[in-house]
Amino acid sequence: MLALDTQKEIAQLLSRYPIKRNALLPILHVVQKGNEGYLTPELLEEVAGICEVSQTHVEGVISFYTMYKLEKPGKFHLQVCTCVPCCLVGGEELLEHVEQQLDTHAGHTADDGVFSVEEVECLGACSYAPAVIINEDYHEQMNPEKLDRLMDELRTQGQAHA
Amino acid sequence: MLEETLILFRNIRNPDYDKSLKGYKKAGGLKALKQALEMQPDEIVQLTKDSGLRGRGGAGFPTGLKWSFMAKDTGKPTYLVCNADESEPGTCKDRELMLHDPHQFLEGMMISCLAIGCRHGYIYVRGEYWPSIKSLNAALQELYDDGILGKKLLGKGPKLDLTVHPGAGAYICGEETALLDSIEGKRGHPRVKPPFPAVSGFNACPTTVNNVETLTCLPFIVNEGAEAFKAFGPENNAGPHLISLSGHVNKPGVYEVRLDANLKDIIYDFGGGIPNGKQLKGVIPGGASSSVLTADEIDVTYSFDALAQAGTMMGSAAIMVFDEDTDVVKLLHRIVRFFSHESCGQCTPCREGTHWARMIIRDFLNGNGNEHKLKRLHRVGGNMMGTTVCALGDACGMPIQSFTTKFADEFRDVQALAA
Ligand SMILES: Cc1cc2nc3c(=O)[nH]c(=O)nc-3n(C[C@H](O)[C@H](O)[C@H](O)COP(=O)(O)O)c2cc1C
Ligand code: SF4
Repeated sequence: MLALDTQKEIAQLLSRYPIKRNALLPILHVVQKGNEGYLTPELLEEVAGICEVSQTHVEGVISFYTMYKLEKPGKFHLQVCTCVPCCLVGGEELLEHVEQQLDTHAGHTADDGVFSVEEVECLGACSYAPAVIINEDYHEQMNPEKLDRLMDELRTQGQAHA
Repeated sequence: MLEETLILFRNIRNPDYDKSLKGYKKAGGLKALKQALEMQPDEIVQLTKDSGLRGRGGAGFPTGLKWSFMAKDTGKPTYLVCNADESEPGTCKDRELMLHDPHQFLEGMMISCLAIGCRHGYIYVRGEYWPSIKSLNAALQELYDDGILGKKLLGKGPKLDLTVHPGAGAYICGEETALLDSIEGKRGHPRVKPPFPAVSGFNACPTTVNNVETLTCLPFIVNEGAEAFKAFGPENNAGPHLISLSGHVNKPGVYEVRLDANLKDIIYDFGGGIPNGKQLKGVIPGGASSSVLTADEIDVTYSFDALAQAGTMMGSAAIMVFDEDTDVVKLLHRIVRFFSHESCGQCTPCREGTHWARMIIRDFLNGNGNEHKLKRLHRVGGNMMGTTVCALGDACGMPIQSFTTKFADEFRDVQALAA
């Protein structure tokens, strides 16, 4: 069962479109957010019902877009851009640095579950490269030192909440 | 010394600007919308045609003309869908408008909805842009609370609703028909045209897709007139526009500039030149899909037509600068990796071509290149141009062909080094 808040948000979204299927992408975002950042087969089934499409349709859709996850990400999910503009000014080195620090590889969650890392294509912050997104926030003109400091802060926060 | 032209960035460059609805009104906002409400839709379309405004999303198609193609009297609703997918590598201009002056953009969108008779417009924002999505939603809330949007536009016009629709991470959804599939709740596959969106778009209704910056030009055009807008560029290249400058420059950033500035001046005056006293090696002038220019080709007017004449394109006006130390083989690998990752897979030349091109470049990076492979790479690039459902094939072919032609010696160097 979806949380009451999620249900309300979904009803609001549905009211903005001529047909229910149109609201599929925004609804998947809301549902994913309400479930610690990932989707489960049960949730997909529920969303399929709400949008009046088959579950196969929903599965086809989520596999097409990079932002829907079927595995639980870290409490803080890092998207490190290594596309052209970021790459020109140190994006790759930044990714390597994060992987070393967390002793993990892009696409994985670090052991403690606080962080997960993903290597991504252009984030649209090219004039402020290199860019990293952590959960929903952009962090720009990054370098290893800045990112270390930020991650230290987040780690403390993450443990405080745990 | 090249200076910024401040039309779209007039408020943004004002350090005291308050981007709320109150602040926007205080800065003279919504005057154009009031005026547009007094005009017939056809008059707004004609004014936009007269202004010479061309789309800022990449293709440079005349906006007024596009609006005039909208199918009429179909008995179906008519839609304006704004393309805020901003995913072409190097491009980050639309987000400045959405983050820092959302009301100017939304005023442009409301005027454009009047022009094409749209009663519910959608703004398709790339899913990663949460900060922009929040900024737009907050601004829309203000417009609803103030009675500007809703049952009667500005309290006296037709009904108008606007909705922000988040994407979910797929470059191809920037292509307008893929965007329409996506907003309908499907995988984002570009459609075979015709029918064009103006006849059958969102939910098979007549639809126009326009870029954020394109729509943001409307308040100025309505307020100041078509001639005033035209004055910011040469014949057929009207108006100021935004450029995203990135890579090896001292001052990367988004700048507003006339459409007849010189590319070299943009790099040296706005960008402050190349860091660490390095020499320039080349420039990708219009997003990752444009043909590369070498250092001695940059003395060119930065306009749609002049760049086309120079064998490249302005595209989304994203300028990526790289210095003498840059490994261009690796750079091309990054570009092709991007397109290979983003191909939707419908057409064989694109799906297979982007993959094979990437594999051949990887051979060069691993020291397994040769003259034969260089030729093949060039040919694979050519084979995906003009042979596919959408322009992603061309977008990948152009950098492949231009890099392998203009920097052929660097591919040979990689071989020599490995030998
Ligand atoms: C592969 C591909 C990606 C595109 N990405 C974008 C984009 O991110 N933003 C955009 O505004 N236009 C993009 N376009 C161009 C759109 O298809 C369309 O031409 C544009 O949104 C029309 O708006 P305009 O006339 O205001 O420029 C892309 C085109 C292609 C072929
Ligand atoms: S050219 Fe590529 S991205 Fe475009 S429709 Fe064909 S396969 Fe898809």
